[in-house]
Amino acid sequence: MNKALKIVVLAKQVPDTRNVGKDAMTAEGTVNRAALPAIFNPEDLNALELALRLKDECVGSTVHILSMGPMRAADIIRDAIFRGADGGYLLTDRKFAGADTLATSYALSCALRQIGADVIVAGRQAIDGDTAQVGPQVAEKLGLPQVTYAEQVVQVKESSIVVRRRLERGVEVVESPLPAVITVNSSAAEVRPQNALRMMKYKYAMTSSEIAADVESLSAKMAQKHDYLKIVELTAVDIECDEQQLGLLGSPTKVKKIENVVFQSKEAKRLEASDEDINGLMVELIASHTLG
Amino acid sequence: MNNIFVYIEIEDGAIADVSLELLTKGRELAATLGVKLEAVVLGHNVEGIEKELAAYGADTVWVADDELFAPFRTLPHTSVLCGLIKAEQPQIVLFGATPVGRDFAPRVSSALHSGLTADCTQLEIGPHKDAKTGKEYENLLYQIRPAFGGNIIATIVNPDHRPQMATVREGVMRKEPAAQSATGEVKAIAWREYITPSDLAITILDRQIEERKINIKGASVIVAGGYGMGSKDGFKLCYELAEVLGAEVGASRAAVDAGFCEHERQIGQTGVTVRPKLYIACGISGQIQHTAGMDESSMIISINTDADAPINKIADYAITGKVEEVIPKMIKYYKQNSK
Repeated sequence: MNKALKIVVLAKQVPDTRNVGKDAMTAEGTVNRAALPAIFNPEDLNALELALRLKDECVGSTVHILSMGPMRAADIIRDAIFRGADGGYLLTDRKFAGADTLATSYALSCALRQIGADVIVAGRQAIDGDTAQVGPQVAEKLGLPQVTYAEQVVQVKESSIVVRRRLERGVEVVESPLPAVITVNSSAAEVRPQNALRMMKYKYAMTSSEIAADVESLSAKMAQKHDYLKIVELTAVDIECDEQQLGLLGSPTKVKKIENVVFQSKEAKRLEASDEDINGLMVELIASHTLG
Repeated sequence: MNNIFVYIEIEDGAIADVSLELLTKGRELAATLGVKLEAVVLGHNVEGIEKELAAYGADTVWVADDELFAPFRTLPHTSVLCGLIKAEQPQIVLFGATPVGRDFAPRVSSALHSGLTADCTQLEIGPHKDAKTGKEYENLLYQIRPAFGGNIIATIVNPDHRPQMATVREGVMRKEPAAQSATGEVKAIAWREYITPSDLAITILDRQIEERKINIKGASVIVAGGYGMGSKDGFKLCYELAEVLGAEVGASRAAVDAGFCEHERQIGQTGVTVRPKLYIACGISGQIQHTAGMDESSMIISINTDADAPINKIADYAITGKVEEVIPKMIKYYKQNSK
């Protein structure tokens, strides 16, 4: 594999919804979002690893992150750079707020047209919404084929890519022409750790807004001096889009109602691990024909 | 006519359960709206399929029968369904939230610029008033789904774009033949008009599919293990108890993520939904992610060292103790008493 590829990884910063523990629940049994840490969406890390492996294989390739989100989402771009990405783009603008998956995909696809890519890689889905829609919708908007649930790139050819996909009950190997959009499953290889040397080199990688927010700081001065420390910030104007299709305005789906899930308490019969209690329970279950 | 479309998924030559579940629900929605229910089949060698679909209430069965459509590939499916939707103008299109449905439904929604709600657990028809414009709508599809790791339930509507599209999780809705079979009139889809050469861009080089071995959905007793089983080895206790009780083994996401058990056994929002007669939750704390997939079980027994574990709020019997101690005792006393 010696074809140099321009690879872009779509990544999202998400609240960690997987471990909503006691601390994250209010007394009313609802979620306290502020108590959840913001993390790199797990399957986007699998996507990053798949991209970095492609880069390792195909000499001369580059990997860039594209993330849409608020200013603090620059954190995941830095994280990706520490792990081996060459740089990143943060798509950030109030006009993107309230976007459903279609409006999100539209903004991302406009940005991708500006950036240009041979391979676009994304996690299958993000854990805050679990929709798995943005990858396929970006592909459609760019008129590109999509390969979903990817586990591994098997081969890169002159103008195509061979990918192994994980299906519900098996695997499928497909060949897609390039450029293409690939969405990556959690069963793919885990992401490599952050590299200490890269962390030192890219510690001060910043977006222009981060620099502007603290322009006198040492880090801002460093970032301003070196081009490789600049995380590119893109707004709605930069991506040449139809603003009618952005954010809440551009979203066909509307949230009508949100209900917090509250655990409903009912009285459980309390038992101990004693022989007497367990024996009694089994006798009861057999007598009521619940068992046997 | 603005009818309701249900995309019919074919699995190993048979109609997927989720498609029949969707027809069952679609029937109810169609009756509420006073429209017809139409099934859409894209597959190969599917003649005769209309009989079963009619039994589940399909008034019309749209068919595209060609080897192009099996095994599934995104692009031909997308083009043909988009073409049919443009021609027939359904007001609602439903898909199973399966790997196939979740692959191409988003692409269809993007091509048609109509909204799509993923992984719905409930569908209803109702009115809507836009909070900003004050505009009122009648007979919208309420697309109800868990979000935010299952900690909230959102009702999504699609006021101004058609069709209203949703994917629905397998096993969440009931599957029931209609009291009276519908006509199931077969109509051929003019699919050749909709396909372009670029739809054939992706080639399947190899495909290895295993038989579906595990059937937790149909089990009347389930022994499910969580992270509290401690290890892959510790998890074996669940299998031992299940074998004695004639039960199936399930698992929480935490147990699957930790590698104690295969993904096919995962119960909960990102796994399957089950309604067994008896559910024994071993070392499962009871995060909403898990309980959403099992809280309709007729009886729930939990085994947990933490007497305050959330699972105990929905349990009928809460055993406070270690799984290593309790499970062997359950096996022992079941054997003793069942003779």
